[in-house]
Amino acid sequence: MNVIVCLKQVPGTTDVKVNPQTNTLIRQGVENVINPFDTYALEEGVRTKERYGEGKVTAMSMGPLQAEAVMREAISLGADEAVLLSDKAFAGADTWATAYTLAQAINKIGQHDIIICGRQTIDGDTGQVGPELAEILEIPFVAYVSQIEEIADGRIRVQRMVEEGHEVIESSLPAVITVVKEINVPRLPSLRGITRSKSAPVAIWSAREIGVDESRVGLAGSFTKVIKVFFPQRVSQSEVFQGEMESQVDCLIDRLKDTGLT
Amino acid sequence: MEYFLTEEQKTIKDLARKIAEERVLPVRAELDETEDFPRAIMKYLADADMFRVFIPEEYEGLGGGCLELCLVVEELSRVCAAISTCYAVNALGCYTLIEFGTEEQKRKYLPDIAAGRRLTAFALTEPTAGSDAGAIKTTAEKVNGGYMLNGTKQFITNGGEAEIYTVIALTDKTRGARGASAIIVEKDTEGFSFGKTEKKMGIRASATRELIFRNCFVPEENLIGREGAGFLMAMKLFDRSRPGIGAQALGIAQGALETAVDYTRQRIQFGQPLISLPVVQDILGDMATHIEASRALIYAAARTVDSGAKNLTEVSAMSKVFASDVAMKVTTDAVQICGGPGYMRDYPLEKMMRDAKITQIYEGSNQILRNAIAIETRKRKGRT
Repeated sequence: MNVIVCLKQVPGTTDVKVNPQTNTLIRQGVENVINPFDTYALEEGVRTKERYGEGKVTAMSMGPLQAEAVMREAISLGADEAVLLSDKAFAGADTWATAYTLAQAINKIGQHDIIICGRQTIDGDTGQVGPELAEILEIPFVAYVSQIEEIADGRIRVQRMVEEGHEVIESSLPAVITVVKEINVPRLPSLRGITRSKSAPVAIWSAREIGVDESRVGLAGSFTKVIKVFFPQRVSQSEVFQGEMESQVDCLIDRLKDTGLT
Repeated sequence: MEYFLTEEQKTIKDLARKIAEERVLPVRAELDETEDFPRAIMKYLADADMFRVFIPEEYEGLGGGCLELCLVVEELSRVCAAISTCYAVNALGCYTLIEFGTEEQKRKYLPDIAAGRRLTAFALTEPTAGSDAGAIKTTAEKVNGGYMLNGTKQFITNGGEAEIYTVIALTDKTRGARGASAIIVEKDTEGFSFGKTEKKMGIRASATRELIFRNCFVPEENLIGREGAGFLMAMKLFDRSRPGIGAQALGIAQGALETAVDYTRQRIQFGQPLISLPVVQDILGDMATHIEASRALIYAAARTVDSGAKNLTEVSAMSKVFASDVAMKVTTDAVQICGGPGYMRDYPLEKMMRDAKITQIYEGSNQILRNAIAIETRKRKGRT
């Protein structure tokens, strides 16, 4: 059972600032973590391998070089290998360009049975990369998986969460699934895992190494562009009434009437 | 304060803290209430390789020493001392095996202990032999091919939960403490059963139970070291393990300090947070100072143990006595400055105060340890 788990490095806080010039996140001074939803994907990948014995779990991410830290964390949490796709050409990619880049790298790896992603990231929140990946690879896709029931004879049977309850879906392999947090409780790293992760190699692949069409990656390959990111302005005004208490109350009532509240 | 921990030691400490905060904290009050043995948490600790910390590398351990063990115990105790008790006693249960066991014995038992597959315990105390450990009555009579054990052990931590027991019993009744030997007894051996489960004041989720031996036969290869060396081995073991009890006390005190600071920052009385009142600052300042002194002494004692120094009795006793007295004082003061909430079971401080008490009592009461320190001090004529 060869599993590929796609991870994203995200800021480990909800208090992020946006650079008004470039409309991108200011990542300096913010601790980066594995996207929380992806930790469930990684755990499920490792459990699947443990359950069916042979094979390996490869953690994959596209991101800047500092994402190597979360790739090492993935190794400490049970991934056998880690591949980081990093190249200036990948910068500014939207979900489609990201999915294309990941798909090229997955094709380079070759043999794989399941590709697992988290349901969405906590920074972009689109939930699009998983399904787009399946589309580009031309393989089946199941979203919101809450349980892998069985994998046998080149097929997988899963439960997926839908609003009214659960659906049981069977698919041929290879396939892409995205998982919800109900699927497992991710393990904590082990001391040996941490030691191993410090010295384990993290493969860093550039655009050339995965043979991408440069017009389809990064900002150039993106169909969508972020024009502006902004925080809604909070406007608050205050007014102080002065004078006798009675006239203050009258002023207040008049003002409230003006606003249409009374 | 800078303690010059290695990268590896920092990793151990950080991971122990993560486990304590993420896995122990959410269930600590419940475990204290139900007194259920924390099997699930032992599994988390095993999966994180925490049981490997104190086992040599040749037997699938990580080859850490007393300091590494102390770091784990400190971090677990900061959140829950019952959990650290269940964990740390495994080191106690296999130290004699590591130090004095044969190659065969080590190969047979240590890899399982390292993986956390089998828990261990150490059995010395008896109804009539507490501080006077030489007064034990459990016998291990030499018979054809092994030993026949008879007697009762009391207050045994991990009793009933552990699968491998190091039992100190008399192989020669006529020689008292010099006739004592250390023998491995596995759970499910015929003639070995468990008696009363104690109801304790603190560390309530840890198991404390009686071990009963009635014509319990164990093969002679279960003897650790030589016959008659059991008492001496036990004393050497305690010299190495006492900084661990100090670390437990240290962790409890640290947890109490953090809780007290947190509460007094938020609690408003007389129009200001409690923490701005000089009387509260006076107490908090003392708490923090004593805790840091305790940490410095424990780490130094643990490093002395790991250095291979010969005479460890004094330094290890000092670290345990000092840290446990600090923990008792700090937790009592923490309850005091937090007032009503400090006393309530919805808040963790009263548990910390109950848990702290045992550290002054077990692995040598502070009174008998002060006695031992005085004897050593006298030997060196008080000089450094």
